[in-house]
Amino acid sequence: MATIDEPLYPIAILIDELKNEDIQLRLNSIRRLSTIARALGEERTRKELIPFLSENNDDDDEVLLAMAEELGVFIPYVGGVEHAHVLLPPLETLCTVEETCVRDKAVESLCRIGAQMKESDLVDWFVPLVKRLAAGEWFTARVSSCGLFHVAYPSSPDQLKAELRSIYAQMCQDDTPMVRRAAASNLGKFAATIEQHHLKTDIMSMFEDLTQDDQDSVRLLAVEGCAALGKLLEPQDCIASILPVIVNFSQDKSWRVRYMVANQLYELCEAVGPEATRADLMPAYVRLLRDNEAEVRIAAAGKVTKFCRILSPQLAIQHILPCVKELSTDSSQHVRSALASVIMGMAPILGKDATIEQLLPIFLSLLKDEFPDVRLNIISKLDQVNQVIGIDLLSQSLLPAIVELAEDRHWRVRLAIIEYIPLLASQLGVGFFDDKLGALCMQWLEDKVFSIREAAATNLKRLAEEFGPEWAMQHIVPEVLEKINNPHYLYRMTVLRAISLLAPVMGADITCQKLLPVVIASSKDRVPNIKFNVAKVLQSLISVLDQSVVDKTIRPCLVELSEDPDVDVRYFAGQALQACDQVMMSS
Amino acid sequence: MGNGAEDAGPPVGSSPPPPLEWKFSQVFGERAAGEEVQEVDIISAIEFDKSGDHLATGDRGGRVVLFERTDVRNLGSRKDLEAQDYPISRHPEFRYKTEFQSHEPEFDYLKSLEIEEKINKIKWCQAANHVLFLLSTNDKTIKYWKVQEKKVKKISEMNVDASQAVQNDNIASSSTISPRGYLPNGGCPERPHGQLNNDLSMPPGGFPSLRLPVVVTSQETSLIARCRRTYAHAHDYHINSISNNSDGETFISADDLRINLWNLEISNQSFNIVDVKPANMEDLTEVITSAEFHPTHCNMLAYSSSKGSIRLIDLRQSALCDNHSKMFEEHEAPGSRSFFTEIIASISDVKFAKDGRHILSRDYMTLKLWDINMESGPVATFQVHEYLRPKLCDLYENDSIFDKFDCCLSGDGLHVATGSYSNLFRVFGCIPGSNEATTLEASKNPMRRQVQTPSRPAKSLGSFARVVRRGAESPGVEANGNSYDFTTKLLHLAWHPTESSIACAAMNSLYMYSA
Repeated sequence: MATIDEPLYPIAILIDELKNEDIQLRLNSIRRLSTIARALGEERTRKELIPFLSENNDDDDEVLLAMAEELGVFIPYVGGVEHAHVLLPPLETLCTVEETCVRDKAVESLCRIGAQMKESDLVDWFVPLVKRLAAGEWFTARVSSCGLFHVAYPSSPDQLKAELRSIYAQMCQDDTPMVRRAAASNLGKFAATIEQHHLKTDIMSMFEDLTQDDQDSVRLLAVEGCAALGKLLEPQDCIASILPVIVNFSQDKSWRVRYMVANQLYELCEAVGPEATRADLMPAYVRLLRDNEAEVRIAAAGKVTKFCRILSPQLAIQHILPCVKELSTDSSQHVRSALASVIMGMAPILGKDATIEQLLPIFLSLLKDEFPDVRLNIISKLDQVNQVIGIDLLSQSLLPAIVELAEDRHWRVRLAIIEYIPLLASQLGVGFFDDKLGALCMQWLEDKVFSIREAAATNLKRLAEEFGPEWAMQHIVPEVLEKINNPHYLYRMTVLRAISLLAPVMGADITCQKLLPVVIASSKDRVPNIKFNVAKVLQSLISVLDQSVVDKTIRPCLVELSEDPDVDVRYFAGQALQACDQVMMSS
Repeated sequence: MGNGAEDAGPPVGSSPPPPLEWKFSQVFGERAAGEEVQEVDIISAIEFDKSGDHLATGDRGGRVVLFERTDVRNLGSRKDLEAQDYPISRHPEFRYKTEFQSHEPEFDYLKSLEIEEKINKIKWCQAANHVLFLLSTNDKTIKYWKVQEKKVKKISEMNVDASQAVQNDNIASSSTISPRGYLPNGGCPERPHGQLNNDLSMPPGGFPSLRLPVVVTSQETSLIARCRRTYAHAHDYHINSISNNSDGETFISADDLRINLWNLEISNQSFNIVDVKPANMEDLTEVITSAEFHPTHCNMLAYSSSKGSIRLIDLRQSALCDNHSKMFEEHEAPGSRSFFTEIIASISDVKFAKDGRHILSRDYMTLKLWDINMESGPVATFQVHEYLRPKLCDLYENDSIFDKFDCCLSGDGLHVATGSYSNLFRVFGCIPGSNEATTLEASKNPMRRQVQTPSRPAKSLGSFARVVRRGAESPGVEANGNSYDFTTKLLHLAWHPTESSIACAAMNSLYMYSA
């Protein structure tokens, strides 16, 4: 047995713990594998540590996952890129384990290592590894192999390339759906490394196999690959081979497949160009917008603006707008909600006239939707319409919608609308705001739910920022301060909160003249919670106010509070006094 | 039915194959005479894996016991095995492999409900690398188990245990090292990793004195079962079935009112695909009793109801499959209604045949075989224990009428089986023309109570489309002096996927029979 020098003791333990029975210690050791490697030196890392790891691959999944990750960045510790291949064997075994996340991580690490390896090394070491995995007895190995072809392929000589292509084709027809799924989801990546002429023949025939798979789960992934594949092909090839498939898929029996198409269609439009989009994809898209399954309509509705952007305004008005009209009264609230979140974006595309004539009625009906999310989604994107038609046309219907949301019985809805108030205020302008919304903002300060009162206070601050201190002095401050007489202490606390938020915006003068007296008066409140909140507010006001005011008004008040019978009041008063002292010291 | 020549039933009109000759093969956990059965030991689920090389049972105590086949040894790889082309001369034999505690009793504090540990269902998942995976469920929680053989390893050389090197042999007898390896009190003196500082400069050649632990792998193996995932909190009612999909990545779980779809990899979300809960619970007339995925079409599943109907749904049609694509139901003859009609119509189990064309269902009195292409009625009905019909009133009084019997089909789809009372189970031949109907007792002498199969053949065997009733017991059984024992009921049984072999549970004992 070796005797270990004192300074090496920690590393020695770290190494021993690679085999400790406590999984946390093993994990810890694996996470510090690079330290162990540096302590052993490059040569012994190659000759001892890596083989050791390869042999001890039946550990718990958590440990294997960590090992797979560490090995991905291990090239420097084995002596650089020329020795990178020694890392392949342990990762190869990890590619075959049962746990999906370990395999995925091992594949990721292999790709990372492969990307750095020299071409000749790739051919000597990496390609055989891919072939071995692809011929694996269990599906786990074959699944992993699919994610490695795109690394192995580019540096291979022609003959090997042909072999790799044919192996991949086998993967696309494997018995296990898991392998076919892996082949389908990696097809795009693999295709990107393949020469154009093989792309059109080999890859397209694999793609065709996958699109005709009888497992839904495989076809789904094939759809996902459509757009990626389409972008690799020349537009005319894409139109010839991908377009029919996608048009077919848009009428697939399975709603999941159609859902995928709805999500991918827009990407494909870019690949096939405007002409084919108009001729073939638009009818498909219109079908999806009218699909039987709500999930499909949701996906399609969510893309309506993006899709219109590639079409001409005229086509959009002619073909898409009628569907949009139908969707705005869809039976599923989720469809309407998805539509509401994007429909505002159509205004700039359609132009002012069409928007007023066609879109405005839809906006208005969505603004009156019974489902609050729909209304909120419209309101949140208001600025987009404002740019096209101005707010005047909308304001009439806007107000009832806002008032209704402001009084919704679900506090989350009220919270959401409060958060849009500053946006609305900036869009609607001071005049409109004063008339209609000012009262609401005050009303929220007395909401039953704390989060709403809190948001209401923050809202006042943002309004003061938007419209300036003078406006705030006129419209907000008096009403807020009046509420300090509320008999319920929780509402008085909200006022204090609002004051501390408003003070920095209002500036020293107004704070000193108007806000501070109210705070000081509250220090005599009978409720301790108010008193210690006074202490907190005073602390926050120190930075806003002049030193003289601090000394003359704030400090005496705090001193008094620091002798309060209540322990919490004394504590926060003490904190605030300390802050006073610090400011004085620094000045 | 079926695709292979072997699977296809003989052409109509030819004489049916001779009935199977059943023989006792094995028993596990046999009860000694007079031995009292512990409630927790009673078997509550039986399931063969796809290959038939493994068998799992679950019990009321929340345990899962695994058995493995011994007569076919897969020493080589799977492919070698297939290439060898075994002559199938022997009946499958199993031996105990391992067991583990799958579920523990729990208490739901929010609903003040006790959750039993009883295993309701077990399903095998795709195996990989000789590692077995299975799903087990109690009333509320589904668990995904990984059962793995690990080689026993000994750690022989460490850096920091020079003084205790002598102990190594007896320390490391398990697959892991004992912490005594470096400290007698089982801990490390300090956790020095934090101080493993960077000012310790590493020489380019490393420190020669450091060594890696030496691991000696022995031939001994130990089986370890680990729970990999827990799928919980998705069912308001009791889970009655789970079923995995042919796509290998999803499964369903069904309770009284809902069916949820899960991804095996994701345990924190599931999708509700069937919901039969009425807006007002007073309108509730029907509950889900069992559900199963189609063996090959990943988009199809069948579920049965307490009203005796089976619905086939297509997951492609819509995200929420409240509308079935097919409904199989037998319309009762008018005038035959009684108080018990609805109770005994309730289906306790549905199973797809391997070919995916036929569905077998079990209600209280009968087994029914349905053709997926015929919704109006079953292609065959088998009376399981018709002699109990006059006793329905007693069975209702003692709640036996609510017992839920499993059913199963042979791998070739030519036979069906289900359980009854007095530890009896029945096997029927289901080729048209066959009147094979065997009664066996779960004991070492299965034919003890064998009664003659009625010689009355089923009428007009010409077509599948005609309901064939047969197997009606002659009423003489009771005359034998055997009174029926409603406490010894044979609820759970399973047919080996490839061989003529049945595993069935009689209380705490697992009996296996072969033909």
